[in-house]
Amino acid sequence: MLNASILTWLTLLPALGAVVVLLLPRRGRAPQIFSLLLTLFLFVLALHLPAHFNYHQQQGFQYELNVPWISNPAIHYHVGVDGLSMWLVVLVSFLAPLGVLISWRAIEDRKSEFYALLLLQQTAMYGVFIALDLLVYYAFWELSIVPLALLIGMYGRKNGRRAAIQFFLYAFIPSALMLVGMLWLYAQTGTFDLVRLQQQLHGWSTGAHATGLWFTSLAFLLAFAVKVPVFPLHGWLRDGIGEAPTAVAMILAGKLGLYSLLRWHVALFPTEAAHVAPLMVALGAIGILYGAMLALVQTDLKRLAAYATLSAVSFVVLGIYAFTTASMDGAAYQILNESISASAFFMLLGILYERYGTYDMAQLGGIAAKLPRLAVLFVITTLALIGLPALNNFVGEFLILSGSFQTHARITAVATLGVIFAAAYMLWMVQRVFYGAPSEHVMALARPDVNWRERAAIWPTIVLMVAMGVASMYWMHAIDLTVPNMAPNTAATHTGIYVWVASTR
Amino acid sequence: MTPSLHLWLLPLLPLAGFAVNGTLGRRLPKFAVSLVALLFPAAAFAQVLWIVAYVHSGLMLPHVERFATPWIAVSGFHANFSFLLDQLTLIMLLVVTGVGFVIHLYSVGYMATEDGYWRFFSYLNLFLFFMLTLVLAANFLLLFVGWEGVGLASYLLIGFYYQKDSAANAGKKAFIVNRIGDFGFLLVIFLLIAHFGTLSFSTVFESVAAHPELQGGFLTTICLLLVLGATGKSAQIPLYVWLPDAMEGPTPVSALIHAATMVTAGVYMVARTHVLFDRSPLALGVVAIIGAATAFFAATVGIVQTDIKRVLAYSTISQLGYMFLACGVAAYSMAIFHLVTHAFFKALLFLAAGSVIHALGGEQDMRAMGGLRKKLPITFWTMTAAVFAISGFFPFAGFFSKDAILAATFQSAHGGKLLWAVGLITAGLTSFYMFRLWYLTFFGEARTPAQPTHQTAHGSHGVHESPWVMLLPLVILGVLSVAGGWIGWPQALGGHDWIAHFLDPVFGSSALRAASLADMRLERILAGVSALTALIGWFVADLMYRRRPLLADKAERAAQPLYKLLWNKYWVDEIYADLIVWPLLVFSRNELGRGVDQGVIDGAGTAWTAGARGASSWIRRMQSGNIRSYAGWLAMGAAAVLVVVLYLAHLY
Repeated sequence: MLNASILTWLTLLPALGAVVVLLLPRRGRAPQIFSLLLTLFLFVLALHLPAHFNYHQQQGFQYELNVPWISNPAIHYHVGVDGLSMWLVVLVSFLAPLGVLISWRAIEDRKSEFYALLLLQQTAMYGVFIALDLLVYYAFWELSIVPLALLIGMYGRKNGRRAAIQFFLYAFIPSALMLVGMLWLYAQTGTFDLVRLQQQLHGWSTGAHATGLWFTSLAFLLAFAVKVPVFPLHGWLRDGIGEAPTAVAMILAGKLGLYSLLRWHVALFPTEAAHVAPLMVALGAIGILYGAMLALVQTDLKRLAAYATLSAVSFVVLGIYAFTTASMDGAAYQILNESISASAFFMLLGILYERYGTYDMAQLGGIAAKLPRLAVLFVITTLALIGLPALNNFVGEFLILSGSFQTHARITAVATLGVIFAAAYMLWMVQRVFYGAPSEHVMALARPDVNWRERAAIWPTIVLMVAMGVASMYWMHAIDLTVPNMAPNTAATHTGIYVWVASTR
Repeated sequence: MTPSLHLWLLPLLPLAGFAVNGTLGRRLPKFAVSLVALLFPAAAFAQVLWIVAYVHSGLMLPHVERFATPWIAVSGFHANFSFLLDQLTLIMLLVVTGVGFVIHLYSVGYMATEDGYWRFFSYLNLFLFFMLTLVLAANFLLLFVGWEGVGLASYLLIGFYYQKDSAANAGKKAFIVNRIGDFGFLLVIFLLIAHFGTLSFSTVFESVAAHPELQGGFLTTICLLLVLGATGKSAQIPLYVWLPDAMEGPTPVSALIHAATMVTAGVYMVARTHVLFDRSPLALGVVAIIGAATAFFAATVGIVQTDIKRVLAYSTISQLGYMFLACGVAAYSMAIFHLVTHAFFKALLFLAAGSVIHALGGEQDMRAMGGLRKKLPITFWTMTAAVFAISGFFPFAGFFSKDAILAATFQSAHGGKLLWAVGLITAGLTSFYMFRLWYLTFFGEARTPAQPTHQTAHGSHGVHESPWVMLLPLVILGVLSVAGGWIGWPQALGGHDWIAHFLDPVFGSSALRAASLADMRLERILAGVSALTALIGWFVADLMYRRRPLLADKAERAAQPLYKLLWNKYWVDEIYADLIVWPLLVFSRNELGRGVDQGVIDGAGTAWTAGARGASSWIRRMQSGNIRSYAGWLAMGAAAVLVVVLYLAHLY
């Protein structure tokens, strides 16, 4: 019984919670406490998914629900998850309580609205990951843009409003184009259903609809690429992340767009995706190096994090469009890893900001001597982010790069230079903020080390960094079941010794 | 049925030590911290001895243990947690746990008064964990885990005094420079997957062995990239620059990581993958040339350094060059032999230097030392053993291993004589700078200020010999430095060449050694020549730093440009900074940052915004700050979408 309705409950409850938060008394800690309890409950609920997932079912979706909603046009409330989206639903559920915890004292003004919007955003993200009907998907996709823009605008730093408008325009206009594409698809096929679309579009790439399909796929690609963001469409990212409050920065970039690329671009338009793949691989590689090199010269921690994010999501883009089993599995895994490590990083930056009131590295320095526990958490997170083996990001990056290397050796070799840059900008950052003698600014402010609430927010991510670095199979099982099937041609991508021997003979 | 040796336990023992001290150490008393820190490495050492007993009683090698669940696996590729024990691993295990434990013991005394005592020992145990993973790994990916992991431990320990900018800088530099080498290593892994579909040592090596027609080609590419990785970790040209700076770490760290174990990882890797190198004469040639060049280059810099630890650092780079040279002429067992003896005497040199520094309250400049022979007798005698060993005096350990390398080089085919000559000159230089260090530190007048002028972490209560917990390790390593060469006493000099025979199953009985056996007379002559060279080095040092101390200043003034060149270490750091780091930063900041990002990308963004001016003013109105109006807008948006859809549906 729960199996059919669990996804709906997950999606519905945060939105209902958002209404409740607005009705709660505004004074005191009621909004926080309620949000925390609700998100924790949702997390426990979400754990039902991996626990009862059928790890042998290769095709189709699980926890599926498909009920006709509107008969004309034929919109179905069709939801379900596979090995990819299941973990993303769990990921969203995992990060939500952490976002509440880290905002606990950082947000005091218009608090109820903040938590309401955060919960609404959670609903939107669930919806994006579970929707299997194009129009349902689109509704959630649009819904995911609005709370984010409002959160940036209302709770941002100095230029929050400008960053919010920028983000909204960047995200909204391509989405409108995507809507046009969707309507064209519906006009041609009479369905919004993902599975039926996939069946019907088969062979269209060479038929009479080839041009229309091509433009539609481009509209989709553009909408997703902006949201990821893919270089050079990252114009909103620096200010977006720079201005966003911590809990928003944690969810701003990456997973929504990257997931959509896989589900609604690669898997829906395989032929068209294969055509743009060389471009996307190149943009991925450029993004890795470009983001890393710009991160190297930032003086503001949030901006450094923004460019580091660009570099990190570019790895995933590279992996998706290299179309090998390893690179795509790695890319899917890396969406989770990147999200977790980057969230930890943003939370730590938030903790730092709450104490010293600045993200400017020139003013910080020598904090390790003052706040040793914070320094330890920071260094561990840094190590995960630079891809130290036995921590999570390494597994994803390794699979992406080794997989991409099989089809794009030269580009991947160049992209691998990113691991050097990553070490350079992250360790330099750690040194400037934490090592050396304490700066004047730091000396002047006596601040406490991380407290229990902050530890409760950070430690789960650290535990996962280690677990996902050492025991990746737990997650990879379901991913490997699903993701490689999304590749345009399912020819064996791992050639191995046999092919090689044959070619030398 | 082969017994399980529980190889997995070996790295986990120090990891447990790290976990205990890392989490609880802050609250534990010092005694408990030391106990934990010593107990786990001791247990690991005991397990290694137990394994040795097993092997001695006839266990079949190589012995592989594999974890059932893979570490990383996707359809078509998987990498396991799998451990390999063969003769090479066994020797490495003995060195890592044996010398490692001894240095842990020493550290209890050396670090006794330091803040962050628990932090130090947890890092040190963490290092052992990764180093053991490195030498036990049965596939390239697990090797890479250890490889990067020891780099991490090195980073943490070099930067142990993180409040010192120089220490923080040195740690960061070590990690980043090593990452350049790791980049090469990663590409090797990708290439291996592309060509073999696996990263397991045995499968890759067997595949290569099964295809004798494979020569050069992509194997050369793989080997050259491996060399790039090895030059990073083992501090060879062009990536050696991090090691001298790494002396910012506490001295036991220099002994353990930057002399005895971690820096030999590159040599170990080349030896481990010798099956690949044997197929690529070009790559072997590159290894030999890098080795010889580094050995010579670093020795010349070592001549003029005045910081006792920096002399030893350059000496380490130089000695690692010898090991590379040995690998380059395919004398892998000689490389490992030198690795072992070097671990003994170089660890001893660092620990003895640490004892001196400890005694002088933190002083590292040899110009402020002198006359310590009487005051620090045990330190003096053990260090003397090490100095004679590294300089290659018969019958100290270094004599046999260095001589074996030089003899093998002399008899190798391409340019062997030239490389041998470089190696021989380097041996003379080595002897010279080591005896210079010896004389400056222990002989002549005491140049130490009566009262140390600056307060340091080591306190300031006059010159004194170190406590027994530091002296015992010196004595143990001293004995090994004197007698350790016994394991490789060559047949030409009436020995049995045990280590080479022991390693034969790994490296194969090389043609070179057969040749040297055929010509024992030649080997004896070569041994005589190198012994003579060592003597000359000693003689010159004796002349310049004991009998006629003014001679050193005179020589310095006479060869001013050369002296300046060496004193500034050939300006390599400056060249790297100006030609690579600075242009990279400027390019990123100006061209990419101001030009592309703020110019093109932001410009496009502004145009985008301006183009959507109508929309933007609409949004500004929407931003009323009233949540109900937002909800209203949302509902209206959804309704609008619905209307459009219905309308379109009506059309078709």
